[in-house]
Amino acid sequence: MGLFQHVGKYFILLGRVFSRPEKIRIYYRETIKELDKLGLSSIGIVAIISVFMGAVITIQTAYNTENPMLPAYLIGLTARDSMLLEFSSTIVALILAGKIGSNIASEIGTMRVTEQIDALEIMGVNSASYLILPKIIATVFFSPFLCLMSMIIGIFGGWIAGVSVGVITTQDYIYGIQYAFIPYYIVYALIKMAIFAFLITSISAYHGYYSYGGSLDVGKSSTKAVVRSSIFILLFNVILTQLLLS
Amino acid sequence: MIEVKNIYKSFNGIPVLKNINVLFEKGKTNLIIGQSGSGKTVLLKSIVGLHEVDQGEIIFDGTVFNKLDFKEKKEMRKQIGMLFQGGALFDSSTVEENVMYPLDMFSEMNYNEKRERANECLKRVNIINANQLYPAEISGGMQKRVAIARAIALNPKYLFCDEPNSGLDPQTAILIDNLIKEITEEYNMTTIVNTHDMNSVMENGDNVMFIYKGEKWWQGSRDDIFDSENKELNDFIFASKLSQKIRDLKNSR
Repeated sequence: MGLFQHVGKYFILLGRVFSRPEKIRIYYRETIKELDKLGLSSIGIVAIISVFMGAVITIQTAYNTENPMLPAYLIGLTARDSMLLEFSSTIVALILAGKIGSNIASEIGTMRVTEQIDALEIMGVNSASYLILPKIIATVFFSPFLCLMSMIIGIFGGWIAGVSVGVITTQDYIYGIQYAFIPYYIVYALIKMAIFAFLITSISAYHGYYSYGGSLDVGKSSTKAVVRSSIFILLFNVILTQLLLS
Repeated sequence: MIEVKNIYKSFNGIPVLKNINVLFEKGKTNLIIGQSGSGKTVLLKSIVGLHEVDQGEIIFDGTVFNKLDFKEKKEMRKQIGMLFQGGALFDSSTVEENVMYPLDMFSEMNYNEKRERANECLKRVNIINANQLYPAEISGGMQKRVAIARAIALNPKYLFCDEPNSGLDPQTAILIDNLIKEITEEYNMTTIVNTHDMNSVMENGDNVMFIYKGEKWWQGSRDDIFDSENKELNDFIFASKLSQKIRDLKNSR
């Protein structure tokens, strides 16, 4: 299938997803379930990745700025800006593309090949909206919290690693993370994260929804969902950076 | 009553259904039989609107279903129940939640009323003490029965069954066949069953349509089958040694 056909089908699907829900109460209940399944369950992995990212950034920066002309607080500043600008949004989004993306594509794909989606359609339910909209709402609203959490944990991880290895003092690190702080960077990261979450969920849902065949094909759809979500995250990272920071 | 008029359906230019004309009667179990790949499932899915037909009309009690717009079709579908080949129960929901699902979506009942109706339907299909189990925890026959319970939860006017007894042992298959027949008469529904199971034909064959290579090849009742001289139908029906023996026995009397 050609690129334009995929794009067309993707937007037609989105049109169905954002049509009027049958029963708001049911959609609300599903959204709460998805918040737990896609959002809360990701806290652990995001925390682990963030603490190590912060630690590695701090140690690498320290070894690359060993020049006595450069002040030590630069290590803290670099750790903060790296986490805020890139790691807590883009890298966390790429990790979530793997975790959430494959989950969504395989869940919806399995429902497609086992005719559960047909069963919904036969009942008169808008299956696209019922299955995808709660996931989009849950991830778009929850992922900025994950991003914020990642920033805090990453900076904390950097401090633990820096002080433990002895490349920076607590005083310098705290001075560094406060130095020339631009609050807009947090807004920028949260906007990016919300858009990445939308891309991950909608692209993965698209691949799951149009799965066909058997379990092997669901696996292929799941892989495609992760790969394409990751590519679009990187592409939109460039576009959003240009739009929001230029 | 469902009437199918001059239906044509093709996939990527390959014709799958050709000029199908058939009448499915109310209060009866109407069977569509045919070999694998003959177009039975495509016909059934075309009738319920899961496939758009290329040409022709599908009329549900005077309403041309395939000409309705999306919203009207959605309304119409609330009167349709369908049993899929694999059951198509929602994996992440319990048996009770599966049956309650259409009530949740389309009724204004409170929780207790919905639960009561779900239990009524489950009792009707002889599912007892399995309400809190998940589909993966029950047998194939039970899954089919739960799917029937879900299909009848909203008192539909039309019931569609796609190979309801595939993958089941003969005894359970007969139970499912009988259940479909009883429910059809009880609710006075128009029921269409896709099957290639000969026991089903003998149990439920009030009105049987034989489809061959995408065309309607023969139509009649189970009693007419033995007297039919249609070669393709005879080849299909009497493919096994057992059915050949039954035919020979009948003819020798």
